[in-house]
Amino acid sequence: MIDFRLEQREHVSPWLVFFAPIGAVIFSLMIASILIILAGVNPIESYIKLFVGAFGSKNAIAETLARATPLILTGLAAAIAFRAKFWNIGAEGQLYAGALAVTFFGTGLIQLPSFLMIPFLFLVGALAGGLLLLPLVLLRNYYKVDEVVTTLLTNFIIILLVGYLLEGPWKDPMSLGWPQGASVIDEGVLPQIIPRTRLHLGFIISIFTALTIWLILSRTILGFKIKAVGINPSASHHAGIPVIKTIIIVALLSGGMAGMAGVTETAGLKGYLTLDLSPGFGYAGIAVAMLAGLNPIGIIFSGIFLASIYVGADAMSRAMNVPTYLADVIVALTVLSVLISIIMLQFKIVFGGQKRDI
Amino acid sequence: MIFDFVEILFTAGFWAATIRIACPLIFATLGELICERAGVLNLGIEGIMSVGAMVGWMAVYQGADLYSGILIAAFVGAMFGLLHAIFSVYLGASQHVTGIGITMLASSLGFFSFKLILPYSTTPPKIEPFQPIDIPFLSDIPFLGEALFQHTPFTYLAIISVVFIFWLINSTPFGLSIKMAGENPMALEAQGIDVLLVRSMAVILGSALMAVGGAYLTMSAFDAFYFGMVNGRGWIAIALVIFATWKPERALLGALLFAGLDAYQVRAQQLAGAVIPYQFFLMMPFLLSIVAMIIAAKKTRYPKALLIPFRRGERH
Repeated sequence: MIDFRLEQREHVSPWLVFFAPIGAVIFSLMIASILIILAGVNPIESYIKLFVGAFGSKNAIAETLARATPLILTGLAAAIAFRAKFWNIGAEGQLYAGALAVTFFGTGLIQLPSFLMIPFLFLVGALAGGLLLLPLVLLRNYYKVDEVVTTLLTNFIIILLVGYLLEGPWKDPMSLGWPQGASVIDEGVLPQIIPRTRLHLGFIISIFTALTIWLILSRTILGFKIKAVGINPSASHHAGIPVIKTIIIVALLSGGMAGMAGVTETAGLKGYLTLDLSPGFGYAGIAVAMLAGLNPIGIIFSGIFLASIYVGADAMSRAMNVPTYLADVIVALTVLSVLISIIMLQFKIVFGGQKRDI
Repeated sequence: MIFDFVEILFTAGFWAATIRIACPLIFATLGELICERAGVLNLGIEGIMSVGAMVGWMAVYQGADLYSGILIAAFVGAMFGLLHAIFSVYLGASQHVTGIGITMLASSLGFFSFKLILPYSTTPPKIEPFQPIDIPFLSDIPFLGEALFQHTPFTYLAIISVVFIFWLINSTPFGLSIKMAGENPMALEAQGIDVLLVRSMAVILGSALMAVGGAYLTMSAFDAFYFGMVNGRGWIAIALVIFATWKPERALLGALLFAGLDAYQVRAQQLAGAVIPYQFFLMMPFLLSIVAMIIAAKKTRYPKALLIPFRRGERH
């Protein structure tokens, strides 16, 4: 095998930290261009189509930002959990839990004026997402049941539950056979922020959420505890940090934000619950979080960037006959290239003989 | 009514279905088990199964014979295993994030290539899959013959792999180094064995098995490929590894038990008719996996070095 080893860097320049994710993105786009060539089209032309599709008009920009809304929220859900090394991969299920809560409370059961109704829907959506994760975090903390697998499996259970409700008791009788939920009442619908586009208030709320999480993580004791627990749980325990309690709070916040993504999609984008409400926003949130280096402010930008890939790929696919799955490939490549960039920031790769300083 | 539910257990069809449903899980669970035994959690499993299902099927659809289809799926799985190993073993990156990234990459690449090769197919095209072969004499035994000895060659391959992996882990020097790489990599290095190489080989072999498990779906259980057909089987396999306490023979048992419950619920569903909505039956495998993990949790002892990257020349 190639003889090399990784040597810890002593100093990392902040510029390098800033440019590493950009390098990772460029690297991913270069690898993905091989696939575009295989599809028989010109990659540069395709990427131009993609860019125009995502940012080329007022409508395109609005669509990109609307798509970024749930991605920012699921990205935050992944980031806060991963910072504490709590591997919540169940944002997809928690998103649907939030959407279920909106459908339960927001389609006529509770009627409040708009300025109360909208916060109320976000509250119940966040609670639903958080509460879905609660039994799993308790199982992890008290029975050592691995949360990676339980959160993943729960995604499938919740989506089946949504399927049952939409085909059965919650089916909107007005929907002509389509399995979809009743419409959210007018007071609960998130208003458009650019007229005649699909961009709604949820986008602003997602940015405020990102800022709030940034404040919590960087300016509060809770943020410090989360960081400490993520770096070394046993040392944190000895230092008097309540590790289990901190992880439970992290889980509630993480599930809560994923639940909020369900609210923005149900009460904002669509107006009602459908089975295809989320084309994998929960999983894509992991890519959003990784690309931002788990930084909440960075997540606003990485969320918009990955949203532009998805929205732009639709346009590119229509124009160039490249399967839309290219967007998913680019997102996956981004996750892996970010991992390379993280390693390169931490370590220097040294080729050649092993140095042993005994 | 109750009698009908018990009677299911006495039909050979039920037992034959149990084995059929168990096969992809057997391959996948064995694959994950080898990776974890060597100290690497492989969350790429779901995507690797998906790409294996696509590639094996596509190879046969393009004219390869069925056995070459299995080999091609295994090779593609091994390549994703190599990629996983470069990240998780050689670079020492987070095994969680690497695995999720590999799952995303493998499944999206699989879907992308499927759409690229067959852009206009609306109804999934079909192949001629593996056919059941009757094992001489044994298949004539009443009940047992139909339950156990009238399966496709791919099914028998699953059983053979259990024996092979059992032998590999318990009786070969390579198996011993895999176990040491997962329990005490420093000691393995002290023996002059390359820990990174052993771990990588385990991940590559394990990923090949996962892809073969996926290929079983399109080449033996069904005859077509469609998106989302793996449907969480990879994640269930990870739960089964824990349930099996990282032992191949118990992985077989766990997969069979699990498949038995699944085969049973399909038949019970037909009896129960519209009383219980079908979605609740479909939830069962996922709920059962969580329950299995809770049951196993008390005696769960993870390989000691699982999730811990090994860096050469670094003392722990």
